[in-house]
Formats: sequence, C-alpha cells, structure tokens
Amino acid sequence: MLKTFTKGGVHPPENKLTAGCSIEVLPPPETVIIPVAQHLGSPAAVAVNKGDRVLTGQLIARATGYVSANIHSPVSGTVSRIDTVTDISGYKQTCIIIDVLGDEWISDIDRSPDIVREIMLTSEEIIQKCLDCGIVGLGGATFPTHVKLKVPAGKKCNLLIINGVECEPWLTSDHRLMLEKGEEIIIGTRIMMKALGVTKSIIGIENNKPDAIKHLGKLLDGAGDIKVQGLKVKYPQGGEKQLIKAITGREVPSGKLPVDVGVVVQNAGTAFAVYEAVQKNKPLFERVVTVTGRSLSKPGNFLVRIGTPVARLIEGAGGLPGDTGKIISGGPMMGKALANLQTPVVKGTSGIVVFPAAESSRPQSAPCIRCTRCISACPMGLEPYLLMSLAEKGLFERMKAEKVTDCIECGSCSYICPAHRPLLDYIRLGKTTLLKMMREKSVK
Amino acid sequence: MSNTILLTVVVLGSVGLAAAVILYFISQKFKVYEDPRIDIIQEALPGANCGGCGFTGCRNFAEALVKADSLNGFNCPVGGATVMADIAKILGKETVVTDPLVAVVRCQGSYENRPRTSVYDGVKDCRIAHILYGGETDCHYGCLGYGDCVKACKFDAIYMDEKTGLPVVIDEKCVACGACVKACPRNIIELRKKFKKDRKIYVSCVNCDRGGPARKACKVACIACNKCFNVCKFGAITIKNNLAYIDSFKCTLCRKCVTECPTNAIIELNFPPRKAEEETVKEIITQQ
Repeated sequence: MLKTFTKGGVHPPENKLTAGCSIEVLPPPETVIIPVAQHLGSPAAVAVNKGDRVLTGQLIARATGYVSANIHSPVSGTVSRIDTVTDISGYKQTCIIIDVLGDEWISDIDRSPDIVREIMLTSEEIIQKCLDCGIVGLGGATFPTHVKLKVPAGKKCNLLIINGVECEPWLTSDHRLMLEKGEEIIIGTRIMMKALGVTKSIIGIENNKPDAIKHLGKLLDGAGDIKVQGLKVKYPQGGEKQLIKAITGREVPSGKLPVDVGVVVQNAGTAFAVYEAVQKNKPLFERVVTVTGRSLSKPGNFLVRIGTPVARLIEGAGGLPGDTGKIISGGPMMGKALANLQTPVVKGTSGIVVFPAAESSRPQSAPCIRCTRCISACPMGLEPYLLMSLAEKGLFERMKAEKVTDCIECGSCSYICPAHRPLLDYIRLGKTTLLKMMREKSVK
Repeated sequence: MSNTILLTVVVLGSVGLAAAVILYFISQKFKVYEDPRIDIIQEALPGANCGGCGFTGCRNFAEALVKADSLNGFNCPVGGATVMADIAKILGKETVVTDPLVAVVRCQGSYENRPRTSVYDGVKDCRIAHILYGGETDCHYGCLGYGDCVKACKFDAIYMDEKTGLPVVIDEKCVACGACVKACPRNIIELRKKFKKDRKIYVSCVNCDRGGPARKACKVACIACNKCFNVCKFGAITIKNNLAYIDSFKCTLCRKCVTECPTNAIIELNFPPRKAEEETVKEIITQQ
C-alpha cells in the first residue's frame, strides 16, 4: 500500500530527465574553493596555512563546537590562499582555495571496490567517525549527522527512516545513488541503526522511482530489520516531518524534533556517506550532483569533488546554453538562484538546474483574492496569505503567534498561488526577522 | 392623546435623569487623573507621530516628558529647538539644546560606479533581497536600490534618483526622525550633525572588504588606505574593518581629507568651489 502525508502538498511537474543517466565521475578541477561554513551550525576553523601541501581527504578545517562539522580537502595540491569568496549564501565567506596537483589520497582511505559488510565499530565509535569524517545531512539542510545520531538523554528513538523520497522536481542524485550503490546504502542504514540503538528502519521512496523500490527490495531479500515503503508522489514529502507523518502516521508537534516522536530521519545520500566513512574511512569530500535542464546538451548525474565551481559542472553537462536565464542550486522548489558561476559545490548541493530565460522570469504578482489555495497547499497547516500580509505590515510578533517558525520554506504556497504572490519571500522575511528578534531578546 | 405624550415624556425623562445621576457618581468614583499638561504638550508637538523621538507617537512622548525630571536626552527631531523651547516653558524646565541632525546616504554605488554582475528578479524590497544574497553588484555592503528608505519616510524627504539608482535626501525636508536608518537593512543611512548651509563631509561608502576587492566592485569604494586618517588633525577619522569613518561631531569641515582620498570615497557637499590649482599657481606667479 502506498502512503503519503495528509496535510497540504502540491504536484509540480516532475521533469526527472536524468533518471536514466548513470553516475559519471567528474575529474577534479584546476582549483577548488572550499567554504568553511557549508553546514548548519558554527563555521569550521581553518586548520591549514597558505602554501601548505594537502592530500585528498586531509583535514583542512576543524569543527568548532558541538553543532559543526570537519571539512576535508577534496583534492591534493597546494593551499594557494585563504580568502573571502561569494558562496551559495550569496555573501562573501571565508574559503580555502587549493590549486590542484595530481590526485594523491591519504593512505587511510580504503579505495578498493570491495563492499565491507561487517560492522566492527561500536555505537560511540560510529558517532565519533561521523564527526571525524565531517558527515552532514546530504538532503540539503546539511545538519551534522553526528548530532542527529546521538539520541538526547531522556528521549527514546525506536525507528530510523531513510529518506529516499527526492521530492524536488528535476533532481535524481539520490535516485541514481539508490540504484547504483544500493547495497552500500543498506549497510550505511544498518550502521546508523547500530549507532542509534534501534532495531527497525524504513526506507521511504516515492512511487515515481519504481526501479529503486524494486532494487532495494531485492537487495534486502526479506530481511526483517529494514523495510522499503513506497509513497504516493507529493511535494514536499522529503520534508522530515511530512515523511514521518506519511510513514508512521505520527505528527511531530510544533517546535519539537522528530526524536520527540521516537524517529530519526536520514537521507539516502547520507547513508552512503556514513557507509564510506565507517567502512572505508573516507571523509565526505565528494558527492553526487544532478546537473539538468532541458536546454543542456548532456544533462546527467556527476560525482564531483566539493569545492568544484558550478561552471565546471555545466561544462561537464555539455556547456552553458546561450539562452540561459537562471541557474538554480538545489531543486527548483527550494533551491537558490546563483549570482555567480564560480560559486563552489558544497556538501549540501544536490543539483544544478539550468533554465532558459523565457521560463525563468517571475510573473507579475496580483492582489490576493482570498482563494485559500495556499492554505490548502501548506504542509504545515499554516496560513501563508495571512503571514505574508503580516510581514508586509511589519507585525512580526503576530507572526510568532501564527507559528511562522514552523514554516519549512518548501515554497508550495508560492507555487500554487494563482496571483503569483511572493508568499514565501515575505514569510521568510518574517521568519528571519522574528528569529533575529528572539535571539536579541535572549542575549539581553 | 395628550395624556400619552405626557406619560412618555415623564417616563423617559425620569429614566434619563436617573441614568445621568448614576453615571455622574460612577464617573466621579472611577475618574482617572491625567496631568493636563500632557494635552498642552501634545498640542505643542508637531503631531507627525513619526517615532523619531524614540516613543510611539507624540502622545507617548508628551507623557514621558511630563514624567521626566529633566529634558536631558529628549528631543523632537521634527519640531527641533523651537518646539523643545516651548515645551521647556510649559513644564518650567531648562531647555537642552541638541545639535540638529540630518540623514546621509553613505553609498555612491551608482550604475556607473558599480558594475552590475547579476540581475535580481525577486520582490523589490531591500530587506528581502538582503536576506537572499549580496545584491546585483559585487559590493555586498552597498545600496540595493529598492527604496525601503523612501517607503519609510513620512516626510517625502528622500527619493530614488533614477539615473544613479541611489536614494537622495532632501536636506530641507529631512527632520532626522531616523525612520530610514531603521528601514535600511544594510545600515547605509546615518544621522549626522547638520552644519550651516547643509555643508557635509563624509565617507560615502560602507564596504568592509579589503582594498582590492572593494575597488574592483566599485570605483568609489573606501579602500582603507589610511591617507585621510593621517591628514586629519582633529582625530575625527577612525579606520575600522577596512573602512574609514568621519565623526561629524569632531569634524571641522577643513576639507583636507577630501583632496587626500584617492578613490573619491570622501565627498564634500554644498561648499563654495575651490580655486583650481592652476589658478592658484598663476596667482602666485603674477604676485611675484
């Protein structure tokens, strides 16, 4: 039986052009740019100096605090400078720039193609390994995995959900990973189950990937601990809270975490990264990125090193089409348009979508007619039209009462609005301002 | 017939009278005392309700003034010294003279000076654009140009110059209420001391990048070369975060820093034209 979440949701055209393109390895570029803040939490502290020689997989920036992540060199070469470069945030951030020379990996990494099935490490060792290898959630939010794997004292986790939904249109990186590295993902899942101390895990996959559901089901071959659950296609099913609701029927209360209802959700890509870290001793320095768009001559899924400029990825996909209007990092629903092609790929980059100018411009917005389609579409049960008008008027305290902090910024409201009102833009403004106000208050 | 009319008048009249008596005693019992001076002061205030004094509206400001021990620290930027003197007279307190201020836009990143590197297609609102990214140019500190300051101004004292894409303050209309300062997400607008004839000298840049990238992003960016700092005899200039800042309360308008600045980031406004250097040289020659 196919399941889905109950509240809201939309059905954007899928456009999964690259679902049939197997993962291609993109060679390292001449220079990589590695931002020290590419995860949620405090930025890592630079641990190399200008002129240092680094090897692939070597630690170059150290986590600073509990919610932070290590960063490793994705290439071998020389640190040419430590400078501020515009990254995906749209602002200049501290970056380590490395000139690539050859591709020499640190000797600790097991580069053999054999699959290591036996899990030798204990729960604590697994969590420590995730911290050492800089593993973060690869679904896009880049929350440090080691934090998520440690169940807070007093709380109990009894289910691990692997997110193989990939509900964003166009993107296929998780889909391909599940098809090509299915066994590794399953081992990665078992590793995380061991770390969390749970005996049950469910892999949630949307029904538009029947091959992945079948493939993983075959690999599991009736194993009792992990189950594959097919899901009805609906955006934003990949949202943590939506996925939990869809699979278990449990609802995460407002302001609470999934672990409060006994669930931890990890992305399928994260499961693969955890497998590589724990079994192969390989830090997170490369990931699968979907580079797609109807105007590209050779769209595909590429295994790229972190820090590769987006321009290189587009080159790999057949070069930049002349009529390009917008390039989006991430999926078209939640992704962000890039202001610069030299922006580097970071741990959270799941895709690059190229749109021609004719398709990418925002339509003129018209007044709200109170049709309430945004309310029907909101997966968090909020009232986007109201939140927008509150933000326009600057009534941020009222927005708090209207639970704006629950907004997951999925963009369903802006997508569905027949008047093309910039609902999410204003809601995000309200949310950011409110969170800033609350932080200032707590400091006082 | 006449009986009915009479009865109606008597009944309604007595009900009205009874109600009036009850209401009178209730209103006496629950009377809220309010200082009559609050009304008088509110009357004296301009009634713009702009919030420039730091209070929500003129009424709240009047209440605060009546409660306060001295007028120190209170100022109505719209009414200025005259209104404050009136209020001091009403309250029988000493007048505190504060320097008049004026809003100054510290960015010269016009279309010509600051090349556009991307096109913004989102909501034309500075706050929203500021959350999203650094802006259409490589300067991530300067003016975004969507006019939040213009929308915030209640006195029509600021407008967008279409040629440059930058806001311009009309000095005569500006009352220094500070609404634009609060509205600007990038803290570009500053309230500075108002000199006579609206003369101004200030660093018209807020870019905190190092010299190279700053200059690359904008022709007139402050590169923190320290030249102005070295030439200032009055200690009015400080350099912090790769950016020079002139304290308007220490500045004497000597104009030395203006000529020293290699990028023309420091600008002078409303001064009489300087004698061109050649002319001065000629003058010296003729005198000899």
